[in-house]
This record gives sequence, structure tokens and C-alpha cells, in this order.
Amino acid sequence: MTLDILVCVKRVPATGGKITLTPDERHIDTRYASFTMSPHEECGVEEALRLVEKHGGTTTVLTLGPAVAADQLRDAMAMGVQRAILLQTGENEWDPGETARAIVTEIERQRAAGHDFDLVLVGNEAADSGDYQVGIRVAHALGRPAVNGVKSLEITGSTAVVKREAAGGWEIFEIDLPAVIGVKEGINLPRYPTVPGRLRAKKAPIETRMLSEPADGLASLRMRRLKLPPAKGEKGETLGRGVEAVPALVEVLRRLEIVTP
Amino acid sequence: MILAVIEYDRSPQGAQLNDLSLQMLALGRRLAEQLHGPLHAVVIGAGGRSVAGSLGGHGVAVVHLVEDGSGRLEEYAPQAWARAIVEVTSAVQPAAVLAAGTDRGHELMAHVGAQLDLPVAANCTEVTPGDPWMVTRLRWGGSLLEEAELGGAVKLLTVAPHSFAAEEVDAAAPRIASFSPQLEETDFRVRVAGRVEPDRSKISLADAKVVVGGGRGVGSPEAFALLEEIASLLGGTVGCSRAVTSLGWRPHADQVGQTGTRIAPDLYLACGISGAIQHMVGCRSAKHLIAINKDPDAPIMAQADYTVVGDLQQVLPALRDALREAVGQHRDAAPAVR
Repeated sequence: MTLDILVCVKRVPATGGKITLTPDERHIDTRYASFTMSPHEECGVEEALRLVEKHGGTTTVLTLGPAVAADQLRDAMAMGVQRAILLQTGENEWDPGETARAIVTEIERQRAAGHDFDLVLVGNEAADSGDYQVGIRVAHALGRPAVNGVKSLEITGSTAVVKREAAGGWEIFEIDLPAVIGVKEGINLPRYPTVPGRLRAKKAPIETRMLSEPADGLASLRMRRLKLPPAKGEKGETLGRGVEAVPALVEVLRRLEIVTP
Repeated sequence: MILAVIEYDRSPQGAQLNDLSLQMLALGRRLAEQLHGPLHAVVIGAGGRSVAGSLGGHGVAVVHLVEDGSGRLEEYAPQAWARAIVEVTSAVQPAAVLAAGTDRGHELMAHVGAQLDLPVAANCTEVTPGDPWMVTRLRWGGSLLEEAELGGAVKLLTVAPHSFAAEEVDAAAPRIASFSPQLEETDFRVRVAGRVEPDRSKISLADAKVVVGGGRGVGSPEAFALLEEIASLLGGTVGCSRAVTSLGWRPHADQVGQTGTRIAPDLYLACGISGAIQHMVGCRSAKHLIAINKDPDAPIMAQADYTVVGDLQQVLPALRDALREAVGQHRDAAPAVR
């Protein structure tokens, strides 16, 4: 059977070495930062492409976010994804329940338009907010099975055999499609976009829906402010430069009882 | 009242309470006291009966032991387990339901939140009941904190690992109440169908006492052989940064970081790793951090306990030789190296 796959991705800042907050303490200061697709979801895009290369079918990428999140949809299309959907919001962050409701509404709209997804891939958790729940909420609303944390995915007929790490080993699940699967980085190594891919993605259409802010007063998780964890107190001890530092380094290893006596 | 979802691990020696669940109970007990109510726990599967009694020592007054007679609940089935937690919640009406911030805890609470249509706050480090309830939770794997209002008739949350120390209290044995949920066949459509047991002959990255980490600065996949040898001399294992797995130099299983493995060794020796937040989140639980980097201004140098500024191509062979000598001298007087 061919597979029609939807991948949900999130636009997040590329944090690099240091996080700085905006003065209102509600956002990461991104004046000097670039943005990227959250890492687990990039692997979701790759997995969708590989599955469709193997089984045939279609790939669609979706994101919920501000207008600039179209960049991440184009990144996915540059990798080879065929269609893109932007659920456009303002600058305020939506909580996982609100995000899942909007995705479900769109999946139902797509189904009515003839795109009935066999598989919805999400990331195990978004790199920034780390809520671990959007995919499961989507699955519940659609009445579909869900497994999170997946690092291996094989599809035979209408069954998905998925594996995830547990206690140093693996847990194996067999679930029927249609399903929602949350993938983890390591399931694959995402490809780089090609130049023709980039050019094609630049001009590709994006289905865009303008969403209005979720109604106030709904039970939600509402961020009030961000703060940085306390910084490490004192600076470390410099053991020296180059090979001359090696005796001091071995001495430290002895002191820490890594090398005995 | 507070309801705590308990995880236990099965081992050949029998069921064992999960450490992170015990840490979560420390917060549960605190919240129960603040709300002047009892702390209840839910344990799923008859296999948990043997650990239920010991929860009294962590402040639990009543354990709801969930069994349905069919044996189906003995193996992990997220949707069915969550349904059982929802049923216990409806029966005992807690102010909040807590689970540990583990893969399983997050998955179960996400299902509970979906089934009850209530928000879930993941990885909380502080929880303050009130109107509204306020939580502090981890973002970016803990490199950023968020203060948030948590709504909902029942507060649902997971507790970030290592935010609370497990506490033992003098208390009576808990009352064990059997609970039989009404489950449908469809609740079991996701259930563990098989397992691959861990390879116990290898030192796992998550449990290693010494980790030697390599970044892009190592230079090539072949150059990791030197790190392997140093790790072996120190009785540890090799890890790497995300840059290295993205280059295809090492398997993802070796990756230390937010999207890789969280390590907690006695020593993390980071070689040629710049110290991106994504990586530092994964090694924040290391007791000691030594960084070797040619760039004295690399972010990792400000966070390390000891630093060496230098070229890995020169420092590492010299370190290997010194360790060979140090370890070799004592090889007969085992154990020379932990």
C-alpha cells in the first residue's frame, strides 16, 4: 500500500552556545540567531521521505507558527517534501493542547479534501518547549494509536513495527495504520537539501490558514516568563597549554581518583 | 489530595521502584502537606504489588493497585495504563496527578491530558498551589526555565529528574486498595509486543563512570581511535557531540546532548567540543568536567572544572602515553583503574 504521510514540524531558534532573553523575558533574543527545524522533527521529515521512496505515496509538511515559519516548511520541501501547510499564528506561543486542536482541525479539513493521511509523524518533543504531548493529543482526538520516542520504524502492509529505547534495551510495538508516531533523532541521518531542491522549494506554494488566538479562559498552560538557570559560580582551573599540561591533567585524574593511586 | 503515578522496573531480582518516581514522591508529599491532604499512589500491574508496601516509607498513605484480572496490564500499554489512571483520578478526585519526567511518565501524562482534555506541564522543578497554580518547568532540556500558570480542574504534571531528592519518612505501611478499571480492547492497541534486552557486556553511555567525548575538533572518524584508547585506559566509554553524528563520524547512540543521551559520569573529558547548549544539557550531571580545546574562548571552557588549551593532535597522544604509563605501573596491583 502507498503511504500518505503528514509531518508536523516546529520552528525553533538555533541556540548555539548561549541563550539571551528579550527585555520582557518572554522570548529568546533572536536578533543574532538563526532558526531551524526542531531536531527530532527534521528526522521525521527524513523518515517520511524514505518511507515514500520505499512504498510510494505523498509527503506533506505542516507547521503552526508565525508567517516566518514558512522558512522551515521550505527547508522540508528542499529536502523533497511535496506539499506544505502553514497554520499561521501571531507571535504568542500556543500551548500543546491548543496546537493539537489546530492540527486536528487541519487534518480533518485535508481528509474532506481527499488527503487522508495514513501516518502522522511528529517529533518526540519540541526542542524549545519540551512538552512531549502534541502527537498523543492529536492521536487521541482522531481515535488513532500513538507511540512516542520511536527510533526505528518499519511498515509492512498496514502495520507499523516501531522500536524505542527503554532501560538500555528496546521496546517493540506493532500498531495498525493510520497512526501517529513521535520520532527521535537517531532514527536516521537527515539528508541535506540539494540546490535544485532549494530552488524548487523557493517557488513552491504553501497552503496558508490564518488562525485566530485561542479563546482566553480555556484550561491551558500559559507561560508568564522565562528565566535563565543560575550560572556556574567560579571559573575552572586552567591546567596549561598543549602537551605541557598533560602531567597536571594526569595529576587531576589521580586527585579525582579516576586513576589510582 | 495528591495522586502520584509510580513506575517500577523489572529485573531478575524482582520489581524495583524507579528512583525518579521516588524523587517525584518528595514533591508529592510536600504538595499534599501544603494542601492538608493525603498522598495517594497508583501502581499498575500485579507485578507492582511487591513494591507497593514500601511506598509508605515515602509518605504514601494509600496505594491504588491497578489489575484487571486479564493480565493485559502487566505489559506496558500507554493508552490502557492512562485510562486506568484517569479512572483512579475520577474515583479519588485528587487536586493534582504527578508522574516522573521519564519517557514513560511523559507519555502516560500526555494520554491522561488528552483523555481528560486538560493541560499537562512537563518537567516541573517547582510547583506552587494557589489560584492559579504556578509551575516552573524546564525548557531546552534545562538550559532555560519557564514560569507558567497551569490551569485545569485537576493539575497534571511531570517532575523533572533530579530536581528533588528522594526522602524517606517514618510512616505506617500504606493501605493497598485494589482497583479494577473498565478497559476496552481498543485501549490495548498499543502494547509492548517484544523486547530486546540490553547488552550488559558493554559499558552504556548513560551509566559510564568516565566518558571521553569528542567533537568536530577531533578531526576525523579515524581519530576517534585515540579517544577509544584513552576511554579504555580510564575504564570508560566514548561519547560525541551532535556535530559529529551529523557528519556521520559516529553512531547516534554515542551522542551526548539534548537529543541524544544524558550522561552522569564521575568524569567527563570533553575533547574538541565547543559546548553548544544542546550538548551541555546532556552532560550537566557529570560530577567533574575537563575540557581540552584549542580555543580558550569556547563556551565549554567557562563551564569546565579544569581546562587545557591545546591542539588535540598533540595533547591526546601525550595523554595516552602518560596514562599507559600510569596505568601500566599498577596493572599488576589490580584494580589499577576503576
